[in-house]
Amino acid sequence: MRRLAGSSALLFALAGLGVALVALPMLGLLLRTDWGDVLDDLRSPIVWPAIRLSLITTAITLVLALIVGTPLAWLLSRSQGRAGRWLRALLTVPIVLPPVVGGVALLLAYGRNGVVGAPIFEAFGLRLPFTPVAVVLAQLFVALPFYVLAVEGAMRSVDRRFDAVAATLGASPTRVFLRVALPLAAPGIVAGAALAWARALGEFGATITFAGNLTGRTQTAPLAVYVSLQSDPQAAIALSVTMLAVSVAVLGLLRGRWSG
Amino acid sequence: MKPVGAGLGAALGATAAVLLLASCGGTSEGATQQPPSTVTVLAAASLTEAFTELATAYEDAHPGVTVEVSTGSSTTLAQQIAEGAPADVYAGAGTGALAQLPEGYAADGGEEVLTRNVLEIAVQPGNPQAISGLTDFARTDLDTVLCAETVPCGRAADEAFASAGITATPASRELDVKATLAKVELGEADAAMVYRSDIVAARDAVEGVVIPDEENVTLDYPLVWFDEDEHTLGFVELLLGDRGQQVLTDLGFSGR
Repeated sequence: MRRLAGSSALLFALAGLGVALVALPMLGLLLRTDWGDVLDDLRSPIVWPAIRLSLITTAITLVLALIVGTPLAWLLSRSQGRAGRWLRALLTVPIVLPPVVGGVALLLAYGRNGVVGAPIFEAFGLRLPFTPVAVVLAQLFVALPFYVLAVEGAMRSVDRRFDAVAATLGASPTRVFLRVALPLAAPGIVAGAALAWARALGEFGATITFAGNLTGRTQTAPLAVYVSLQSDPQAAIALSVTMLAVSVAVLGLLRGRWSG
Repeated sequence: MKPVGAGLGAALGATAAVLLLASCGGTSEGATQQPPSTVTVLAAASLTEAFTELATAYEDAHPGVTVEVSTGSSTTLAQQIAEGAPADVYAGAGTGALAQLPEGYAADGGEEVLTRNVLEIAVQPGNPQAISGLTDFARTDLDTVLCAETVPCGRAADEAFASAGITATPASRELDVKATLAKVELGEADAAMVYRSDIVAARDAVEGVVIPDEENVTLDYPLVWFDEDEHTLGFVELLLGDRGQQVLTDLGFSGR
């Protein structure tokens, strides 16, 4: 690091530019916030339902991601064949896909005329679009891959000889997963969970396309920010600052507890 | 982002016009050539088809002139102009967004009503749910969609329901009129309250259920020009003249 400082001012200039590109928008948000009125602005009738819906749906998304994503990450980390590579490539797609395209895909899968949605609609009269369930499905689609790939990386770095030793001592694969892989990968799991949760909280494109926008039902905080920006910019700014604060607080909390 | 894009687009358009002039100037004297000219037009999303067609027509009639049309939400476009985005002409859906424009916006130009649009109900082809009017938006066995409260089509719909004394129970309030219509086109919603021009533009993908005049809400489309440059006025005249009005009528608008 010290050698770098001596050798290249250009590197620092570019790095500084990188910091500015990330920090300036947030600074702009903070400077434009009318701090005296933030609490009043937050009383706008769409703000609280949106925050509540966002917290509930992202919590459900996170729990589901932990339940299905952790075993998936472990199996992926222990796979060596072509199937594992293909599966990993498949899971990477939602990360690079524009979220709105994800929303269209969700609609075509779970919609009333969708591959999965049509049979469900005909059998039970259940409609997924325009429901909070759709909000969670949209969040899972974009957030689960982040979680799985982060946790897989952590589990891959767990020495396989621990697996082998546990197995020779008579542990079943499930037991190896629960007693060896999970504890050793815990920091990675927490980091992956934080990443996935943040991604779910910020989800916009897939949600608006697939779940729609109705206050108290499918209008999450990012949607409320967008809608209120057109009618009540101060409420939009207040809500944005609140989301920024919640995000930073959660990430800070996780960091303080798990990785020091 | 958008103002930068619009500026860049205008710059590119101007560059293209210069190149075009340079390439066809060849043998002529050159000294009497007019400077390259770009008319920058910001128009409501519902005017996309009409303005694209008329811009091309104007460019064909005036070689060397570029008519740069950007479309989007009326409100967003007006905010962009207020923040300094270059614009010669603005056409909004509804007069509500005019409040976003800077004070005395038409001082150097002018303002006219371009056209009008009325609400219409978009339903699945063949109207399988037998939707007949505003009251169907209160049915809970249907999935109906409206525009968001903050965009003109949403405000107009709310106004229509309020004066008819109907409490609508939408499944969603979409961010703009095309997204609202798309939910019916994709078969996810049974009915959507949109404009007649949107239903005309969607062709066979949806069917329209007409709302009687006494229950309907008319939306005026204001046309504002910010300068009196030759081609700004030329394009405005094309829009307000017979040719422009015919194009708009063919696309489902109701005329001035």
